[in-house]
Amino acid sequence: MKASAFAYARATSVKNAVELLAAHGDGAKILSGGQSLMPAMNLRLISPELIVDIGELAELRGIVVQGDILTIGALTRHVDLLKSPEIAIHAPLLADAIAHVAHPAIRNRGTIGGSLAHADPASELPACMLALEATIVARGPQGERRIAARDFFTGIYETALSSQELLVAVELPTAPHESTHYFHEFARRHGDYAIVGLAAQAVIRDGRFADLRLGFFAVGDRPLLTAAAHKLINVAISPTALSAALSALDGELDPQGDQQATPAMRRHLARVLLARCVSTLLSRPELCVGGLV
Amino acid sequence: MTTDPGKRDGLSVLDRPNSYIGKTVPRPNLDRLMQGRGLYVSDIELPRMAHVVFLRSPHAHAKIISIESSTAKRMPGVVAVVTGPELAAIITPWVGVLSHLKGLKSAPQSAIATDRVCWQGEAVAAVVANSRAAAEDAAEHILVSYEELDAVTDMSTALDPATPVIHASLGDNLAFERNHDAGTVDQAFANSDEVVEAEFIFGRHTGVTLEPRSVVADWNPAEARLTIYQGTQAPHMVQNIAALHLGLKESQVRVVCKDVGGSFGIKVHIYADEMATYALSKLLRRPVKFVADRVESFNTDIHARDHRCKGKIGVNRDGTITAFEIDDLTGIGPYSMYPRTSAIEANQVVNLVGGPYVTKNYRARARVVFQNKNVMCQYRAVGHPIACSVTEGLVDLAAMKIGMDPVEIRRRNLIADDAYPCASPSGLRFEQLSHHAALAKLINMMDYDALRAKQAVLRAKNIHCGIGIASFIEVTNPSAAFYGVGGAKISSQDGVTVRLDAQGSVICQTSITEQGQGSESLTAQIVGSVLGVSMDRVRVILGDTDNTPYGGGTWASRGAGIGGEAALQATKVLRKNILDVAATILQSTPGELDIVGNSIVNTSDGAPRIELNELARIVYFRPDTLPPGIQPELMATRHFVPREYPFAFTNGVQASWLEVDTDTGFVKLLKHWVVEDCGTIINPQLVDEQIRGGVVQGLGAALFEKCVYDERGQLTNANMADYLVPMSGEMPDIDIGHVVSPTLETELGAKGAGEAGTAGAAAAVANAVNDALQPFGATITEIPLTPQIILTALGRI
Amino acid sequence: MTAPISISLEVNGERVDTYVLPRTNLADFVREHLKLTGTHVGCEHGVCGACTVRVNGDIVRACLMLAVQANNASVETIEGLSDSGEIADLQAAFRDRNALQCGFCTPGMLMAAQDLLKQSAEPDREKIREHLSGNYCRCTGYQAIVDAVASTARARVGRAS
Repeated sequence: MKASAFAYARATSVKNAVELLAAHGDGAKILSGGQSLMPAMNLRLISPELIVDIGELAELRGIVVQGDILTIGALTRHVDLLKSPEIAIHAPLLADAIAHVAHPAIRNRGTIGGSLAHADPASELPACMLALEATIVARGPQGERRIAARDFFTGIYETALSSQELLVAVELPTAPHESTHYFHEFARRHGDYAIVGLAAQAVIRDGRFADLRLGFFAVGDRPLLTAAAHKLINVAISPTALSAALSALDGELDPQGDQQATPAMRRHLARVLLARCVSTLLSRPELCVGGLV
Repeated sequence: MTTDPGKRDGLSVLDRPNSYIGKTVPRPNLDRLMQGRGLYVSDIELPRMAHVVFLRSPHAHAKIISIESSTAKRMPGVVAVVTGPELAAIITPWVGVLSHLKGLKSAPQSAIATDRVCWQGEAVAAVVANSRAAAEDAAEHILVSYEELDAVTDMSTALDPATPVIHASLGDNLAFERNHDAGTVDQAFANSDEVVEAEFIFGRHTGVTLEPRSVVADWNPAEARLTIYQGTQAPHMVQNIAALHLGLKESQVRVVCKDVGGSFGIKVHIYADEMATYALSKLLRRPVKFVADRVESFNTDIHARDHRCKGKIGVNRDGTITAFEIDDLTGIGPYSMYPRTSAIEANQVVNLVGGPYVTKNYRARARVVFQNKNVMCQYRAVGHPIACSVTEGLVDLAAMKIGMDPVEIRRRNLIADDAYPCASPSGLRFEQLSHHAALAKLINMMDYDALRAKQAVLRAKNIHCGIGIASFIEVTNPSAAFYGVGGAKISSQDGVTVRLDAQGSVICQTSITEQGQGSESLTAQIVGSVLGVSMDRVRVILGDTDNTPYGGGTWASRGAGIGGEAALQATKVLRKNILDVAATILQSTPGELDIVGNSIVNTSDGAPRIELNELARIVYFRPDTLPPGIQPELMATRHFVPREYPFAFTNGVQASWLEVDTDTGFVKLLKHWVVEDCGTIINPQLVDEQIRGGVVQGLGAALFEKCVYDERGQLTNANMADYLVPMSGEMPDIDIGHVVSPTLETELGAKGAGEAGTAGAAAAVANAVNDALQPFGATITEIPLTPQIILTALGRI
Repeated sequence: MTAPISISLEVNGERVDTYVLPRTNLADFVREHLKLTGTHVGCEHGVCGACTVRVNGDIVRACLMLAVQANNASVETIEGLSDSGEIADLQAAFRDRNALQCGFCTPGMLMAAQDLLKQSAEPDREKIREHLSGNYCRCTGYQAIVDAVASTARARVGRAS
C-alpha cells in the first residue's frame, strides 16, 4: 500500500501556491496537514500529479483576535486550537469539538483549513463553522474572497472553493459574553468519525434561548444548520415545544446509510442529540426522559 | 485456591528451593521489543531481495479469460510478472481435508488462481519488483479480463438446488456435516416444563494481527536449499508443507521465525500467497519478500465465526436443564483451508455446546458450506465463542422463562466439582474441572448481590445496567487427535533440548514458538526451577527448524502444557546427568547432592560444594581429571505428548457489567471478571495477561468486529477505519481470579490459558445486554451488538 | 519533479542529508533509508498508531507524513528515545507489568504514553485510555499498558516532589 508517484512543490508563498494550482489544474492537490489526504493517497484512492505543500507558509498560521473578529489561519493545527487561550475565551465550542477529532497524533498534524477544505460531512469542524457563523477566507487568481460558512459546504467532500483557490483563514465573530455552547457526537469509539454529531451555540436569558444555532453533522451530504432551532428561540421550552422542534428537525434531515447506521437510525440519534442539547443547556433533565424521542 | 496435595509423592521438582514456578518474573525478551530492536519479518532485508505484490481479484467469482502484462513487465524496477499457470510448474496445488472429519471435501487450491477466482482478494498474478511501490505501480498496468460468475454469498441458501455449485466436481456446496445425538432428547423436551428456542447469529470477523502476514523466502540454488523467514506459529508444519509442494525434501527447507507481531491463529495456516512467495523465490533464484498490506490482510487473512446457530433448551421449573439441541450453519469461503481444514470450527461447536452442564441429552447438527467469500479457519478459541454464546444464551433464556436468577440456574446444573472424571454431552472426557468453585469465586469477586442491588437502584433512575454470566470450558493440550489422526503432518508432540554450557549457563532449544505469550519466559522458568539455576543463566532458542527439536509450535493453548512438560522432562535428565558428574568429582553420591542457586550443594545441610561453571570447566576442559570410563552428557532432549486424554480441558466463568443507553443503543462496558482454572500456573502475570488480551478480543466480537460483505461478495469494510477493533478508550478493567486443578497427565500440571478469555467474553456481554434490556422485553441473540441492532430490538428505529 | 528531492533533517540527534522520492512517507523513510526498524508499519492509513514518531517534539503518524515534509525537522524514533534514556522508567514499568506481548505496537504505544506524561503530570485511568485510544494493541487488552503508564506517572510525580 504505497502512494503513486507524484511531483512535489513546496510553496514559497500563498501567491506561489495559487499560481501552482492555476498552472496544474485538477491534477494538483494542496497538502496541508495531510491527515485525510495521505490515507487516500496511500490507499491509491487518489493519485495526484502534483502535491503543493503549503506547510512552510508561516503567514497561514496563528490565531488573532481583532475587535470582535477571531481570525484563525488555515494552517492552524487542531492541537493549536485545543490549547489556545483565545479559542478558550472566544470560541470554546471549537475546543470542545477538537477533543473529539481523532487522536493526539492526528491532531498534531491536522489543520483547520485542511479539515474545512476536505469537507467530510461527518467531521466536526464544518458543523462548528455553521454554529459559529464563520466566514471562510479564500485566495485565488482573482484575489481574496469571503464565503459564509452556510454557503461554503456544498456536498460530500465538496465546497465553494474552486480548484484554483486556497483556503487561507476562517473568521469567527467572538462569542458574546453571555453565550454558551454544547458539543456532542455519537461515535463507536474515541476519535472515530461520528455517526451523528451536534455543535450548538446559544444565548440563554431567563431560562429561554435568546439565540440558538444548531450545527448537525453526519446527517446528510454536508453539515446542517437546522432551522428547527427557530422553534426554540424566545419561547418557553415545554415538552410540546421541544417535540415541535424535533419534528421540524426531522423534516430537514436527509441522512445517508452506511455501515454504522441506517438513515432511520441517524434521524433517531439526531433527535436524541437535540433533546439532550436543549436539556443540558437549560439544565432541565426532565426534557430528556419520557419518550420524547 | 483448590489444589491437589495428594497428587504426587514427596516434593515435586516444581517445589524446589528458589522455584520460579508460580512466580511473576519479567519476560527476558522484552527490552529488545521495547527499544525497537526486535526482528520482525518485515524488518528483514537480504542481498538481491525483491518484493512481491499480488494482483487480486476484484470479483467474488469469475472466470479468468486473459491476463495482459506486457506493459507491466516493462515498468521500472520490475523483475517478473508471474501468473497462476506459470507458477503451477513450480508448486503443486493442495486440498484441505482431514480423514477423521468424515465426508469433509474441498477442491484443489493453487498458489495463484489458474483459471477461476473464487473470492474477492484471491491472487491472479504476482508482480516482483525491486520495491513494493514499484510492484504496486506495475500491478496497476496488468489488464485482466474476467467473465463474472454468480457468487454464492448467503450461507443460508448455499445448499438450495437453485444456488450455483462453486466446485462442480464436488457435486454441491456442502463441505462437511456432522450429526450428534446423545441421550433421549425428544423425550426430554417433551417432559420439560418449558422449552425455549432462539437463533444465534455471529458476525464473521478476523484476527487483525498488528503485524500483517509476512514472509521472506530465500531459495539458494547453489545449496538447493530454501530458507523461509516467516512469522508462523508452526515452523515445522510450514517446513513440511513447503517441501511437499515444491518437490523438496524437508531437509532442504529451513523455517526461521523471529519476532512475530501477533498471531492468534491467523498465522498457523498455510496461505496461498505465502506458498506463491516460496515458489517465486525458487523460480527467480533470489530472495522474495511478501508483506501483506492492511487491505490484503482483511481480504485474505482467515476469517472466522460466520455462524447461524439455532438452539433449543429444555428446563423444568426447579431449574433443571433437561436437554440441549443445536443446528449450526457456517460458511467457510470457497476452499477448506490448508492443512488444518475449515471444518474444525463447526466440529468444535458440536463438541462444546452444553459442555459445562450435567444433562446428557444433546442433539446437534453442524453444516459447513462453501461460499464466494474469503476463507474461514481457526482463530483464537476456535468454536468456543460460538458454543459458549449459544449455550449460555440458552441457559439465560431458560432462567428468564422460569424466573430464576442466572447464577442460581448455573449452580443447579453445572457439573459438580467432585464428579470427575466424567464426560460431556458430546462425549468429551473431562479429567478434573472446577465449575462450582470458579462460580463461587466469581460471585465473591464481583459482589454479585450488591451489584444486583445497584442495578435495581439505577434502573429506577432510568439507567439500564446489566449483569451477564458465562461459564465455559476450553480445549487445551491437544494430542494427535486434533490433526495427526486425520493425516496432517502437524506434530502434536514437542521437544526440548537443554545443555549446560562451559560457563555453567543453560542453552535451551524448544520447538514451541513465541508470539508474545511468554513461551520463552515460561520455558526459562521451568528449566531454571527444575535444574536449580537462576533464569538469567537460561537462554531459550526457538523458532528455527534447523536449531530446535521437532514439534508442533504454539497454538491451541499447548505451549505451556506440552512444550513446558518437555522442558521439565529434559531438564530432569540434565539435572541427573549433572549430579552424576558432580558425585564423581566430589566423591559423593548423586543422592547426597542437589543443585541450588547455580551450585552443587549438599542435600543434607545445603552447603555449597561446587559452582556449575566450575563443574562445566572440568567436564569440558579437563575431562582428563575425571575417572576412566566417565563420559558426562551435559545435554539432554525429551519430547512429550499427552496420551491419556486426547485433550486437556480448562474451565472458567466470566461476568460482564455494562450500561446500555437505551436512547442511543450504545453499550458502555463498566467491568469484566474472569475466574479461570488452567491447572498449574507457571507465571501468574503472563496467565492473567493472556486472559485479559483474550477477553478483549472476545469483547471486540461482542460489540465491534464484523467483516461486512455485500450480496455480491464484496468485503465493504476492508480497512482499519471501517472494521472496528477494540481500542483502549472503550475497554473495561478486567479482574481475574484462579482456581487451580492441575492435570495429572503431566508432572507440570499446566493446561494452557491462551484462549479462555476469548471463549466466554462475548457470551457474558450478550447476556448482560439482555439483562439490561429486560424491562423493555427485548432479547438479542446476535453479535456484534451494535447500536443499530440494539435500537432496532428496542423498537426505537 | 517526481525525482528524488534533497532533504536535511535531524534524526535522533544525528544530522541526515539525503535524497528521497516525494512519495516516500516518513515511516518508510526511517525504516528503509535509515534502517530504524523500531518504527512499525501496521496499517499505512493512519489508524493503528504503530508508526508513531516525534517530529519537532510532537507525536505524529509517520505513515501520514511525507519524508519531504520532515525537511528541517527534528525526528525522534523509539531507538532515539531508548538510547537517550528518556523513557527508561516507562520501559521498566512496561516490563514489570508485562504491558506488551508481541511488541509490535509497543514503540508507538511508548511514544504516545510519553507524550501524555509530558503534558499531564498525573493522568487518571480514563485520561490515559483516552490519550492512547489511537494506538491499537491486539495482545494485551490495554489494562496492563494503562497500569504501566499510571505507575510511571506516580513515580515521576514522586521524584519531582
